[in-house]
Amino acid sequence: MEKVIANIPVKVNEQGYLLDFSQWNEDIARELAREKGIVLTDEHWRIIRYLQEKHKADEPLSIRGIKKSGIIPIKEFYRLFPGGPLKVASLIAGIPKPKSCL
Amino acid sequence: MKNLVILGAGTAGTMMANHLVRVLPPEKWQITIVDQYKTHYYQPGFLFLPFDLYKPKQVKKKGKKFIPKGVRYINEKIERIFPDENRVELESQELSYDILIIATGSKIYPEEVEGMKGPMWHKNIFDFYTYEGALALRNYLREWQGGKLVVHISEMPIKCPVAPLEFAFLADDYFKRKGMRDKVDITFVTPLDGAFTKPRATKALHYLLETKHIKEVPNFDIERVDYEHNKIIDYADREVEYDLLVTVPPNLGDAVIERSGMGDDMNYVPTDKATLQSKAYENVFVIGDASNLPASKAGSVAHFEAEILTENIQRYIKGQPLKKEFDGHANCFIETGGGKALLIDFNYTHEPVEGTFPLPGVGPLTLLKESRTNHLGKLAFRWIYWNLLLPGRHIPLVTATMSEAGKHFETKES
Ligand SMILES: Cc1cc2nc3c(=O)[nH]c(=O)nc-3n(C[C@H](O)[C@H](O)[C@H](O)COP(=O)(O)OP(=O)(O)OC[C@H]3O[C@@H](n4cnc5c(N)ncnc54)[C@H](O)[C@@H]3O)c2cc1C
Repeated sequence: MEKVIANIPVKVNEQGYLLDFSQWNEDIARELAREKGIVLTDEHWRIIRYLQEKHKADEPLSIRGIKKSGIIPIKEFYRLFPGGPLKVASLIAGIPKPKSCL
Repeated sequence: MKNLVILGAGTAGTMMANHLVRVLPPEKWQITIVDQYKTHYYQPGFLFLPFDLYKPKQVKKKGKKFIPKGVRYINEKIERIFPDENRVELESQELSYDILIIATGSKIYPEEVEGMKGPMWHKNIFDFYTYEGALALRNYLREWQGGKLVVHISEMPIKCPVAPLEFAFLADDYFKRKGMRDKVDITFVTPLDGAFTKPRATKALHYLLETKHIKEVPNFDIERVDYEHNKIIDYADREVEYDLLVTVPPNLGDAVIERSGMGDDMNYVPTDKATLQSKAYENVFVIGDASNLPASKAGSVAHFEAEILTENIQRYIKGQPLKKEFDGHANCFIETGGGKALLIDFNYTHEPVEGTFPLPGVGPLTLLKESRTNHLGKLAFRWIYWNLLLPGRHIPLVTATMSEAGKHFETKES
């Protein structure tokens, strides 16, 4: 599927996740965040970068990993990205939805 | 004499011992396998134990029976791996190795969730991912008068990710058979978007929850169990009440991986997903649930991996490039209750597909559709596990990489 985000046509899946990370940029992130009712602050960006790093290293993402990494307390993570922080943050970061089976 | 050491004699380690003893010349290679337990458990059977569908003796056997002659079998706890020094410390001795295969699996850590492993653990909060948990739950269910049953997944990934759902289906069936289904309220609580998360599977399977009257609470990331008031609470402060909580606690790699400094956040060993070589050490290979591969943690996956790893160990010894072949192939049966089951088949890049799948002696099984033959397939799997899988015999017609024959394909993300 194609979607125009921040005036750029990008490929997304049916849930709106970017299919090609090379198409991601900060404007797209801001726009995707806005759709979720989020205004990105430095704290958001810090988490987004962290998730992108992990994704690049092929490391599966999980709430546990976030908790253990100490990057952010989970309650705070929920406050920043309401309604399923890992899913929402991954969407904005332009990386696939965290892997699960079935 | 060179040493090849296998850590863990579960599904994957045992298969590797059987494969390798056939291909490595005994005058050159000593194979050693280590496990803390003398018992080999058939973990898929833990699903049936609580409902009195299997007897304890059908799910546990002496591990020694499955270790081939010529392989040294040591029953000791593994304390620590020193990968820079090519040695492993056990409780009472040390082993040095030329090649190491890590097959220490994944296990539950209920202590990771506040209040879970408290005073009510195995009283009205149970797991069925261990032999002890499944047995305690069986005894509890035999006497239970009904109420709110909550089937719960703490976090992903877990091994055999469909097992909790199967548990809910079998519970529905069990209470119907006991004539008390109207006294039991079943709720399925998951950190995922829903009980089925792959779009194709959701489309094909959601009716199962509806027809069985199983409620769904998605996107629930548990923060703690309030065992005094019988409820689970998530990070967004949502609450779900239970009378009986059947939970799958966090699944992590064994603590030995953490002690050895070889794991990721979940104590899984970073592993090349196509060759099964560990990312950090070229003479260390990882198979089964112990790896961080984005494949399902399932016995069937370990089976497919074993064939490729056997080939790659031989190549490594000869100094040849490793075969990059593993594609994440998994298949699993999903018990749906009432003597029916369905079968799914997928890999790193393909969604579960519809079509047929050959299983010797049982015949073509339908993929992604409920049928009685699939249920027989699941039962047959126990026999196949003990008699073909562990001894590392080839299962006719079933290939390590996913075959496209007979299946209706639709590539993911299309
Ligand atoms: C309820 C349930 C249902 C399942 N259903 C299915 C199914 O239907 N189909 C399917 O394909 N799979 C299923 N599975 C998954 C399957 O059982 C596992 O994926 C499989 O056993 C993985 O094999 P493994 O060798 O990697 O790990 P395991 O078989 O768990 O073996 C690991 C071994 O390492 C040993 N070990 C670990 N650490 C140490 C240490 N420090 N010292 C000494 N020994 C150690 C352990 O004692 C254990 O024997 C199910 C699992 C569960 C729990």
